[in-house]
Parts: sequence; C-alpha cells; structure tokens
Amino acid sequence: MTVTTHADDAETPVSNPPRETDRGRRRSDAPDVAVNVLSHVALVAWTVVVLVPFAWALLASLKTSREIFGSPWSLPEKFRWSNYSRAWDKGVGEYLLNSIVVVTGGVLLTMLFGSMVAYVLARYEFRGNRIIYYLFAAGMMFPVFLAIVPLFFVVQNFGMLSTYQGLILVYTAYSLPFTVFFMHSFFRTLPTSIAEAAFIDGCSHTGVFFRVMLPMAKPGLLSIGIFNVLGQFNQFVLPAFLSPEKPVLAQGIATLLASQRYEGEWGALFAALSIAMVPVVVVYLIFYRQVQAGLSSGTLK
Amino acid sequence: MRHGQYRFIVGFLVLPLALYAVFVISPFAQSFYYSLTNWTGVSPAFEFIGFRNFQNLMDDALFLRALRNNAVLLVVMPVVVILLALFFAFLLNVGGRGSRSGVQGVRGSGFYKLAFFLPQVLSVPVIAVIWAVIFDPTGSGLANSVLRRVGLGSAGWLSDPNLALYCVLWVLVWGSVGFYLVLFNAAMSSIPRDIFEAAVLDGAGRVSTFFRVTIPLLWDTIQTAWVYLAILALDVYALVAVMTAGPGGPNNSTQVISLQIAQNGFQFGRAGYASAIGVVLFFITLLIAAIMLRATRRERIEY
Repeated sequence: MTVTTHADDAETPVSNPPRETDRGRRRSDAPDVAVNVLSHVALVAWTVVVLVPFAWALLASLKTSREIFGSPWSLPEKFRWSNYSRAWDKGVGEYLLNSIVVVTGGVLLTMLFGSMVAYVLARYEFRGNRIIYYLFAAGMMFPVFLAIVPLFFVVQNFGMLSTYQGLILVYTAYSLPFTVFFMHSFFRTLPTSIAEAAFIDGCSHTGVFFRVMLPMAKPGLLSIGIFNVLGQFNQFVLPAFLSPEKPVLAQGIATLLASQRYEGEWGALFAALSIAMVPVVVVYLIFYRQVQAGLSSGTLK
Repeated sequence: MRHGQYRFIVGFLVLPLALYAVFVISPFAQSFYYSLTNWTGVSPAFEFIGFRNFQNLMDDALFLRALRNNAVLLVVMPVVVILLALFFAFLLNVGGRGSRSGVQGVRGSGFYKLAFFLPQVLSVPVIAVIWAVIFDPTGSGLANSVLRRVGLGSAGWLSDPNLALYCVLWVLVWGSVGFYLVLFNAAMSSIPRDIFEAAVLDGAGRVSTFFRVTIPLLWDTIQTAWVYLAILALDVYALVAVMTAGPGGPNNSTQVISLQIAQNGFQFGRAGYASAIGVVLFFITLLIAAIMLRATRRERIEY
C-alpha cells in the first residue's frame, strides 16, 4: 500500500446535508450530536494530557525551585528571567553552539550524499544496484545499539571522539538509510523528459543532477531536510557515547538533570530545557505538514 | 548518453558508500566478531572464547532481568499505543456532526493532530526530564499533587520498584500515540471515498463502517506500526538512562537490554560481552519482525 503524505483530509469542511423534513432531522441528529460532543471531550482530554507537561515546564523555567515544588500549579510571584542567564552560564550556550555546528554540517552532508546515492540508484541501471539499495534499507531496521560498542572504537581509532567532524560524519552515516530511501522514491516519480532534453543539449551527468534534478526535487529535499534537522538536533545516543567532552544540547540537558539532583537549581534546569524545546517547536509549527508527512511516509512502505 | 556513465556512477557512490561502510556496516559486523572474544575494550589483546559469552548470558541475573523488562514493554506498549491511536483516529474521522455518509471528520482535527504529534519532535532527554520532575516522589510533585486533589494519596512513581517500569511505559505511550494517530489517519484518508459511500448505501452505521471496512483496509498499516513499536520497545535507552535512578533502578526494576550493553561495554570493561548482548538483541529484533509479519498476515487488499 503506497500511502503518501497528506494527512489532512479529515479536515474537509462538513458539507451541508441536504434539507430534510423536521422529523427525519430530529431522528438522525440526536445521536450525531452526542457522538460529536463525546469525541471532542475525549480529544480535548488527550490534548490536555499532551500539552500540560510542556506548558508546565515553560512556566517552571520562570519560577524558583521552591515555587516549582511548593506550588506546582500557580503562577510565579515574579517571573525569574535570571534562570535563563544562569542556565546559559552552566554551559547551555556552549552546548547549543555544539549542536548548531554539528547539525548544520551533518544535515548538509546528509542531504548531499543522500540525494547523490538515491539519484544514482533510482535513475541508473547497473550491476549491484539492488544490493546497494538493500544495504541502505537494512540500516533503517536495526537499532544503533547493536553497533555502539565497536563504533566507539572505530571513532576513537580515527582520533575523532568529542570532535565536530567525528559527530558530523557519524550523524551523516546513520541518517543516510532513511534519506536514501526517501529520496529514492522521490526521484523515481520525477519525469524523465526534462533530463533527456538536458542531455541532448550536451549537459553532463553531473550537470543534469545538480542543475536539473536537484531543483526539481525541492519539495522532497525540504521534507527530508526538516526531518534530518529535527532528528540530528534531538540525537542523544550517538553523542552520549561518542562526544563525552563536547556535549550537544540533548546530552547537556541530561547532565544538568543529574547535577540538579544535588544542586537543586530546578529553575535553571527548566530554563535550559526551554532553550532546547522552543526552537524545535517553532520549526515544527512552521513546517508541521512536512514533518508529519516525512515521518509517517517512512513507516508506511 | 552512455559516455562516462560508469565513471559518474562510481564517482557519486564511492564517498557515501565508504562513509556508510566505515561507520555503520563495519561496527555491525565487528560486534558479531567481538561477541566471540573476551575483549575488555581497554587492552588490545584478546582471545577467542567461542560461545562462552552467550553461555554466561544465560546465568546473568541482571541480563535476564533486563530481558524480562523489555518483554513487558514489548507486549504492553504496542497494544496500548495502537488501540489509543486507532480510537482517536476513529473519533477524528467519524465524530463529525451532521454526517449522513459516516465519513465526516470532526472540526479542528488539524489542531488535534498538531497537538498530539508534538512529543514526537522533541528530544527524548527533554521529555525524560519533564516527566522525571512530574513524577517527583515527594508530596510536592505534579503527579502527586493531582492524586492528592482527587483524594488518592500519593505514590512513589519512579522510586517505587513496582511502579517505575510502568512510569517508563506510560511516557513511551504518551510520546507515541500522536505519531501513530497521524499515520493511521493518513492511511484512512487514502482509502477511496466511494468505498465508504457504498457501505453507507448498504445501511452500515458509523461504528460498523469503522470496524468492518476501515480497520480491515488499514491492516497493513497496523501491522507495520506493530513492528516499529516492537523495535521501539526493544531499543528504549535514552528514556531509561535519563529518567530512572541509577540508571536502571530502583532495584534494577527498569533495567533494559540497551542499558546492559552500555554498562558492560563502557563501565565494566567487557566489550566482548556487551557485543554478545548486541548480537542477541539483533536476533530478537529479527525474530519479532518475522513473527509479527507472519502472524498478522492477511489477504492484501488493493485499491
């Protein structure tokens, strides 16, 4: 079953039902209204369950430790913006910088390598094509944990533990399977005629890829690009083992929690958490269609 | 057009493949190799010990504990997530007002999907920290303050060995329902409308349309969801590592396989042994995927 993208059909405005006699209307409306109201009650309940923890965490970032635990539901007496500067001083600024550098490098390299491989596999017939495709596809199935111990030593042998280049290369390698898989099906759907015309005009294979095919693949690149930005920004397992000395933000948050257990500066911890959360939520709100489509299309094939 | 084609293909593939081989394929292959050795991970010297690591695993109480905890997650989590996600997808798709055709969605379904999906885009440590504080065992935690308000006293949550694993399970469910809701919803909206219209013409109501038409047509997606959730349950690491005391505590009540790999490989100096656990995890994953796909196989419906 090839189900693609658009998850928004259920929003189709309810078309006006044809007018009926009063009798007929009353008979069908009563249970309808009940179903409708109960549906909203259940859906709103789960929305509250999902959103309250986040809202609570944002609010806690402006409270003192005593207020967080003493009166967990009330607004703070005074908004403590200083929590944010204390979080920054505890290393959050540095963690954020590390995350930005690694994710920028990782996503650019992933997109370049991923679309190169996907394009060649989707558009050229050659021996070994299927094998390479399955090699990448298999990488989607198996968890990082099978490989984490040897991977640590591979990275160590290259002298790349706790370095930007080490994390960028590892992130790229582990993002390739899904990127290749996604772009492969995308390149397959693009028409061949434009590429052929470019060949006739004397364009090289490389030229066709960069000047014709990549621009045509922009919607696909956008979806998978956002997917990779979120995925790499949220990555925790790989840096936890491969970059102990140069923590990225997700790792830093975990370390801060561990230290708060005896330091007790919970306000600063929640400020750090909000710094990690807000950019992701903003990206999500802007691109949520692409995010939902990209994430779910990977699971569906 | 043929000219230079092979040079182009090789040129495009060589760097990405090399990167993939070095950082993905070779570590996977190496873990099979190291699983047969007594390598410590520290000294370069090691010797082959055959299958002794695997024999030792059978008597390792901690590993067996981890295996049992993973099994609990594996059985309970996918069922709960799939049922909840299907339930909400059902409400989104048939809870609408004034529908005669049984296929109307509720108003604001876009908003619900936006909200439900949110935990999926945040990193696990962020989620783990929030819930670790909500589940604060002292009387002042958020969860306990809710319990008190409804008159149920208070619970130890993550500090209670009988409850800790279920707290982890709850956070997994809480984080996953939105993703599978969106997935099921996407699959539902790809079902052609005339199928529903035909069902309604035949006199089917909303509920029977959902159970007798929608669910069977969704079977493929449910099956895929099951496999992915099973893998998620086997892989759980970050949540346990950040949220639980120890991690893996209290009393190893939240010990899981991935934690065992990390602890043996990086703390106890038993890299060979940790690799053996990795290999076991590999075969469990493979086995479960195979079983799920076989056991839930049905006629595939094309449309």
